Amino acid sequence: MAEADRNRTCLTRMPGHNGFEDRARHQTRYASATHLRRLIGSLCFRRPCRGYIAEVNAFLGWPAIRQATGRDRLGRGAAAMSKRSETLEPRTVKADKVVDSVCPYCAVGCAQKVFVKDGKVAQIEGNPASPISRGRLCPKGSASKQLVTSPSRVTKVRYRRPYATEWEDLDLDTAVDMIADRVIKTRKQFWEWEADGNRTRRTMGIASLGGATLDNEENYLMKKLYTAMGAIQIENQARI
Amino acid sequence: MAEAHPVGFQWVMEAKRRGATIIHVDPRFTRTSAVSDVHVPIRAGSDIAWLGALVNYVLSNDLDFREYVVAYTNAANIIEGRFQDTEDLDGLFSGFDPETGHYDPTSWAYQPDSAQQVEDDAERDRAYGDTPGSQESHQSARSESHGSGGAPVRWKGRRDETLQDPSCVFQILKRHFARYTPEMVQEVCGIGPEQFQRVAEALTRNSGRDRTTAFCYAVGWTHHSTGAQMIRTASILQLLLGNIGRPGGGIMALRGHASIQGSTDIPTLFNILPGYLPMPTASQHQSLDEWVRDDEGKAGFWGNVRSYAVSLLKSYWGDAATPENDFCFDYLPRITGDHSTYTTVKSMIEGSCKGYFVVGENPTVGSSNGKMQRLGLANLDWLVVRDLQMIETATFWKDSPEIETGELVTEEIGTEVFFLPAATHVEKSGSFTQTQRMLQWRDKAVDPPGDARSELQFYYDLGQRIRRKLAGSTDEMDRPLLDLAWDYPTDDEGDPEGEAVLKEINGTGPDGAALASYTELKDDGSTACGCWIYCGVYADEVNLARRRKPHWDQDWVASEWGWVWPANRRQLYNRASAAPDGSPWSERKAYIQWDADADDGKGKWVGPDVPDFIADRAPDYVPPEGAKGPDAIGGQDPFIMQTDGKGWLFAPLGVADGPMPAHYEPPESPVRNPLYGQQNNPSRRKVDHPANPINPSFSEIFPYVFTTYRLTEHHTAGGMSRTLPYLTELQPEPFCEVSPRLAAERGLTHGDWVTIVTARAAIEAKVLVTDRMRSLRLGDRFVEQVGLPYHWGGNGLTTGDSPNDLVNLTLDPNVYIQDKVGTCDIRPGRRPRGPELTAYVEAYRRRAGVDMAHPEDGGADG
Repeated sequence: MAEADRNRTCLTRMPGHNGFEDRARHQTRYASATHLRRLIGSLCFRRPCRGYIAEVNAFLGWPAIRQATGRDRLGRGAAAMSKRSETLEPRTVKADKVVDSVCPYCAVGCAQKVFVKDGKVAQIEGNPASPISRGRLCPKGSASKQLVTSPSRVTKVRYRRPYATEWEDLDLDTAVDMIADRVIKTRKQFWEWEADGNRTRRTMGIASLGGATLDNEENYLMKKLYTAMGAIQIENQARI
Repeated sequence: MAEAHPVGFQWVMEAKRRGATIIHVDPRFTRTSAVSDVHVPIRAGSDIAWLGALVNYVLSNDLDFREYVVAYTNAANIIEGRFQDTEDLDGLFSGFDPETGHYDPTSWAYQPDSAQQVEDDAERDRAYGDTPGSQESHQSARSESHGSGGAPVRWKGRRDETLQDPSCVFQILKRHFARYTPEMVQEVCGIGPEQFQRVAEALTRNSGRDRTTAFCYAVGWTHHSTGAQMIRTASILQLLLGNIGRPGGGIMALRGHASIQGSTDIPTLFNILPGYLPMPTASQHQSLDEWVRDDEGKAGFWGNVRSYAVSLLKSYWGDAATPENDFCFDYLPRITGDHSTYTTVKSMIEGSCKGYFVVGENPTVGSSNGKMQRLGLANLDWLVVRDLQMIETATFWKDSPEIETGELVTEEIGTEVFFLPAATHVEKSGSFTQTQRMLQWRDKAVDPPGDARSELQFYYDLGQRIRRKLAGSTDEMDRPLLDLAWDYPTDDEGDPEGEAVLKEINGTGPDGAALASYTELKDDGSTACGCWIYCGVYADEVNLARRRKPHWDQDWVASEWGWVWPANRRQLYNRASAAPDGSPWSERKAYIQWDADADDGKGKWVGPDVPDFIADRAPDYVPPEGAKGPDAIGGQDPFIMQTDGKGWLFAPLGVADGPMPAHYEPPESPVRNPLYGQQNNPSRRKVDHPANPINPSFSEIFPYVFTTYRLTEHHTAGGMSRTLPYLTELQPEPFCEVSPRLAAERGLTHGDWVTIVTARAAIEAKVLVTDRMRSLRLGDRFVEQVGLPYHWGGNGLTTGDSPNDLVNLTLDPNVYIQDKVGTCDIRPGRRPRGPELTAYVEAYRRRAGVDMAHPEDGGADG
């Protein structure tokens, strides 16, 4: 995956991205067994036997020893790997495409890369190219794949009749049509041409709350439609 | 900042690495404090006393950046002789009307420079065919309708650049802040004089020609009944120190939602239209002329307001908007005062607002006084909730706290509820505007699942359906809908194309091509533009918000990543980064400067950023008599959105609660205001409802201060975080934080359940007894504070009581945002269940003597 590869290259070039630099530098570097064998040999007073050599080799393969003697001193790269984990590939490598995005939580605006595999989001990571975030994401941004793929997401319209105690199913098309009918009715019911002798040309029956988590284009259409309806009680989190 | 904006905080750490001193002022010791040089624990709500004392320190020790202050601020302006300060009126400014709680700001005005100015202004009024009327406009949150500039003053006014005239702003400021002393800081904020001295010295040492200081606030400042004035105090301090418009300076509002800046610029807000054009007010604006008259022709870029307004009407109503019909001005509904969200909730409870769309927001958890929110929802005809998860706002009818207490009964709630699943940020393409005004485009990665749709699709579809159903109507009320320009290209699935909407926002010329700059907008109807400050984002038909040039391939300003309004300027008011003569204040802080030799000796402003100034306006330019709009901007007027071009140390207009900040106590406080006889902000907006009783001030029943805040691992009302396993694991349950001293006083055991009570509600949480909460010594007494992360509600993977149920509704008069600080009691053990809970809170109200005849008052003063 060319895009993903480019990412990784970028990461290693990033000043301040020491974690990534470490990982690249330490890749495939193992402890120098020869050095260690000599060291142990010099500490021993008797000639090593065959069984002893096998023990030493096994001992030298321990992650802690590899960490202590190799270049991966923090044990975050090669020293911590097993034969199995060496064969694993990150999900990002197998992605069909990588899409530029932006974190949906706070207003810092950290850049994200969305990795897509078989039409599904496989991973979301920070984009190191961003002058704002330089590849970093906070716990929320890092968890945003779960936001998208959460099993508790509601994906079907739910409808609660007046005075009902349970939700019901409702077809999306029917639901939007019912909402349009209610807008028309309530708008008219609470229509007001004048207040205190001044022309107002508005409805006081319809309110809206929300927008700070939405796109500019969405806010634009909302305000445009509400204004044409004559609805003025339009608010969002910026007031809260 | 490290808690709520961790990734943004990396730049603070970069600054620290380069030697910056980091000062953290917060009631709690947080992740930010842990890496700061100084942590200053402060009593929640006392920020004006603290910042005011820093202003006083600067003024009384002559530490202001005098050359900057004289040239770029209104320090030299002479104020009307009738003006009276809080010094004269024990906490009030002149112009206060105790009946309405409103100020008439006419006595705060600049003195005119000459009889000619007065005559010119009168002539201008006559040209509009009536008498002056704009001065009262602040009363309907008008101050916010100038989100990208100040309210329009009538004239630039007389100035004394020696700053010696006793009526000049500088001298008024000196007198006003004289009582904000370090001793007062100790008494009001609980901050000792040594710590004050340390911060004051660090701040002033690090400001001037060679150095700048920045202020950051994670919008906690906005959540007070004096919120706008807290930020004003910081602005005054930064202007005095020359820290505005210069690299490394400024006041950064770290906002909390991905596009909360965008939803303010292109507002889903009651009082403004795109680009901060005011919503017309019924009593003042009944024609296009009346609508634009406050700003039209005034100095600065607001002087061209008619072009912006007409272009917006053209983008709303297209061909139907003609010069003959005032470009459909009459199609705009008019406001008549405050229609903000809390006032609207009250209308819902009273039955005068019956239909409600809630879109990506969760007010029963995220808005203050959750009970009022739920009582409002329960009295609607219909409610549409659009979200990703089944949030508390959608399920209020079956599981809200009032169902448990019996105050609401499911079978008696007539609200019809539609829950429509929404698309996530990766399931649609569109732009967010982040907190530094930067638009960043997202491409769509995958299709939304099942019935989930984008808001773009939903509203486009809804509009089409409504228009179809009304087609053929001859009713005049339906004309704005039927004449609406509501036709967007769609993709294969029938979804409107976001880029087509962005292009409409950007604006188009007579040939339909995208415009490059708002200076191209016309007032004759030949241009259309959905949001004038965003004009240029789609210049040359290219979506500049989509730019992703890596920062390592460009300079440190990184102008080719995304697009920043206005005109891709990364730093606002950057003309102030140069001295009056156009040269940099210092080599170290050089940014934008005048190059006299550029353009064959005509000269222009140059630097790594887009100059926030007219590109070829020489520093020595003096506007000719009678100049209008941008032509009237002098070569040394860096604040080009202000009608006088100056930064305002003193607001002669446009701020609802006074021309200068004054410390008032929160509506609920254990402390008597030692600065003035006036206890609370006299202009605060009260919400009069039995479900919103205010704890009496100085109450022994509610002796502790509480404040609310966010955690790194959760997001506002929790719909986007309490539903995720990772985040739930990191912060698995609600808690409150108290000091060891408070824990001993009330017998609270670390890790156990406690109940927190106000006159509105009682909630339970686990208690964290920690030194992170300091017992503050105010004079001869201690004040204890309870810290409450507010993310929780009844749904999701981690659940709990909502701290916002405790918070009262008393609003800042400028922006109608609630005060998050209140008083409470805290006791060991879980809260009572069912009807016993109602009785428990009622007993507290009775013991505290809450006046239920005037529940909104708190009883301290009027």
